[in-house]
Amino acid sequence: MAIEVKNIVKRFGSFAALDNVDLKVADGELLALLGPSGSGKTTLLRIIAGLDWPDSGEVAIDGENALSRGASERQVGFVFQHYALFRHMTVFENVAFGLRVQPRAIRKDEATIRARVKNLLDLVQLDWLANRYPSQLSGGQRQRIALARALAIEPRILLLDEPFGALDAKVRKELRQWLRSLHNEIHVTSIFVTHDQEEALEVANRVVVMDKGKIEQIGSPGDVYDNPATAFVHGFIGESIVLPVDVAGDAVRLDGRPLNIPALGAASGAAKLFVRRHDMAVGPAGTGALEGAIRHVRSFGPIQRAEVALSGSEGKTVIEIDAPRDRELQAGEIVSLQPRRYRIFAAQ
Amino acid sequence: MSMQTGLVTSTPQLRTYAPTTDVSVAAPAPRLEIVRAEPVTARRDPRTEPGPIRLVIIALAITFLSVFVVLPLVVVFASAFSKGVVAYFAALAEPEALAAIKLTLLVAAISVTVNLVFGVIAAWAISKFEFTGKTFLITLIDLPFSVSPVISGLVFVLLFGAQGYFGPWLQAHNVHILFAVPGIALATIFVTFPFVARALIPLMQEQGTQEEEAAISLGASGLQTFFRVTLPNIKWGLLYGVLLCNARAMGEFGAVSVVSGHIRGETNTMPLLVEILYNEYQFVASFAIASLLAMLALITLVAKTILERRLDEAEVPDGD
Repeated sequence: MAIEVKNIVKRFGSFAALDNVDLKVADGELLALLGPSGSGKTTLLRIIAGLDWPDSGEVAIDGENALSRGASERQVGFVFQHYALFRHMTVFENVAFGLRVQPRAIRKDEATIRARVKNLLDLVQLDWLANRYPSQLSGGQRQRIALARALAIEPRILLLDEPFGALDAKVRKELRQWLRSLHNEIHVTSIFVTHDQEEALEVANRVVVMDKGKIEQIGSPGDVYDNPATAFVHGFIGESIVLPVDVAGDAVRLDGRPLNIPALGAASGAAKLFVRRHDMAVGPAGTGALEGAIRHVRSFGPIQRAEVALSGSEGKTVIEIDAPRDRELQAGEIVSLQPRRYRIFAAQ
Repeated sequence: MSMQTGLVTSTPQLRTYAPTTDVSVAAPAPRLEIVRAEPVTARRDPRTEPGPIRLVIIALAITFLSVFVVLPLVVVFASAFSKGVVAYFAALAEPEALAAIKLTLLVAAISVTVNLVFGVIAAWAISKFEFTGKTFLITLIDLPFSVSPVISGLVFVLLFGAQGYFGPWLQAHNVHILFAVPGIALATIFVTFPFVARALIPLMQEQGTQEEEAAISLGASGLQTFFRVTLPNIKWGLLYGVLLCNARAMGEFGAVSVVSGHIRGETNTMPLLVEILYNEYQFVASFAIASLLAMLALITLVAKTILERRLDEAEVPDGD
């Protein structure tokens, strides 16, 4: 089901958790809300679920106004960061809960409920844990049970709040791929919240980057990585080298010296130059826009990471670059650096 | 032990503690075997005090407990049975005694039920919702603990007494609150109000609201959420609160004394009857009733210990 969020404002005291947020989610999408803590992503998710209420704005699920209904009537599956499994119930009863609390008129008979729970436990591959209690499960197992429980009510949309946030790195990676393939299987419109960019880029069809209660960019994982719309997105997603520059017309200057790269239409005035670490080409001295002395090199895997102290800054500006290992760099070497791809954003 | 201590203190400083702390290390090899034969480990534990100090502390604790807890209990039961078992049961079978026991049970049943309902509601509101005036409400719930029970009783006299605010109206409509069961129940409810709420608030705050949110998102109504999720999670804490509330309700003296009117066979609860009988030199009867209250206390203690163990188990944080 499609979700549409319009002009949502939510304040906690004087703090604006959400500041006029608009968002459209297409049917069957797997969308990531990505941002640092305090960016409002969880608040937005809770408002869609009905666990929080906006101060103003609209939420529509499948074209109908969701705000006129409480959380229990929205048929929204919600998965919590800390699982929130019912600790006094077995895994089976946890998954069956949503079916057992249905109004008597539409409640299924016991055999149907049992069959459905069995199916869901098979789906999350944990049918052998049916009679255990949540405290006897590992974190990854608990989160899969929480997901099965949310799916039991045949939710119109599935919302996941930092679903892998409490898990260790290895389990987290496994569950990511698992969620991805599960979504391919059941195709329910899903939104998940994360502060982990890798998770968002790896799992989602579309990524919504949020900061300070506002949406900074919406795009495919490739889009937000390769074409960041704002300085925040460039800095938040992927590793970036950031240099303070001055733009005058089409000329870019660093510490007063011209850089010999076009300004790409950036407005005149103080600005910031963003370059990905691996987008900085290393060449012999005197051939690039920047020059510096290599202070330290670490080589691992396919790259070598070098710390370079830029000349003309009295060695104070040190940047880290990733270079391929076709030519081994040496500490002390003077090299030139040429940004292959870069973005210039006006400084706020 | 005292001999040893004497010997030890006469030796130089450095060696003073050697026998207790360093036996196995410092002693020559042949002696080591002898030492090993003795249970030396307990004494060598550096986390604990030397033997003599431990003895003194333990003796102090035991003396204190005997004088203030065991001795009174023994006296109660000894006095109750001083004229024999027959006299004891005869005293309990007196109509006045039976009336007092009945009244006490009735009042306890009323006040525990009322406080159970209101305590759960108050704890639910305080721990699961955010609203202004929350801290004030928590303080208010604690009020009966900080006010002298006699004053609590007086409040009801001021409200419902003949010269009180509602006195004339009540008299005109022939409603009896003071010097009757309703007054005693009201005073007891007031005095025992904090127990259930106090037992639940920390527990419910710790458990948070996530399970309730999960239940609601799964389509459960408010009542379903309460009875299927919240209540099962707090049942041991709730029993604990009820237990303490009950013990206090049955044992309450001050507030009840003020509002009861001491009408024999009608408005005397067990604690009141104990005092009356004692003042009339009916020691066996007085201590017989007192022994019942003492037994209640003992049963409460045992039940409390069991519940506390259950609560600890319930609170074990589930690892990831």
